[in-house]
Amino acid sequence: MILTHEVLKRCDVIKIKGRVDSSKAPEVEAKFQEIIGEAKRYNIVVDMSELEFASSAFLRVLIAAMKTVRGKGGGIHLATASDRMKDVFQLAGITSLFKFYDTVTQAVGDF
Amino acid sequence: MQTSRDLTVSSDLDNLPFVLEFVRLCCLEAGLDDDATFACELATDEACTNIVEHAYQGREGGKIYVRCQCTPEEFIVELHDNGAPFNPAQVAPPQLVGDLADREAGGLGLHLMRSLMDEVRFEFDGQNGNTVTMIKRL
Repeated sequence: MILTHEVLKRCDVIKIKGRVDSSKAPEVEAKFQEIIGEAKRYNIVVDMSELEFASSAFLRVLIAAMKTVRGKGGGIHLATASDRMKDVFQLAGITSLFKFYDTVTQAVGDF
Repeated sequence: MQTSRDLTVSSDLDNLPFVLEFVRLCCLEAGLDDDATFACELATDEACTNIVEHAYQGREGGKIYVRCQCTPEEFIVELHDNGAPFNPAQVAPPQLVGDLADREAGGLGLHLMRSLMDEVRFEFDGQNGNTVTMIKRL
């Protein structure tokens, strides 16, 4: 898994490339902690275009981060998720908790 | 594939990528399509995580025994451990509806395993430990 992080004017963009199995989810959690807890930035786009695999550990990280940023008036926008990843969100019953976008530009622009 | 392939790893989450690669290769060898392969991998991730976190309670000295079997009708992933008894009935089902504030993080793994596979069975034997059998029908 490769995580890249870009700071834009109105939000931060995390791009996740590869596989987030349960052993890798803590690295994603640490990245959210860095952005939310340390940098105090609460508008975050997750670019999922190259995310190949993710387990419930990743979903738990997203839910926890979403709870925190919502409490600060921010949000998490999910961009370019594959149909397979959208199916996992659907099975987990958390589709309604997030906004999904077809492009990163749309996800950034909606903040 | 051969009728059965086996892998044994220690109960450390860092071994999870190797277990998932093993299952993925077995799926490939058995001719499963991408969706079925993804389902088997994800269910295996959830089951292994349960073993590490619940059966072995984070202790790394234990073993996880993985067996993939393929018959003309089914692809079977079986995971075995010698940890504490795991009783799925004691895991509260996840809340799948409602607002963000009401959502608890637990129970999702078990729910995904059951949703992704056609059959999931848990067995505990006081001498031999836990076995979870996950079946994808072909």
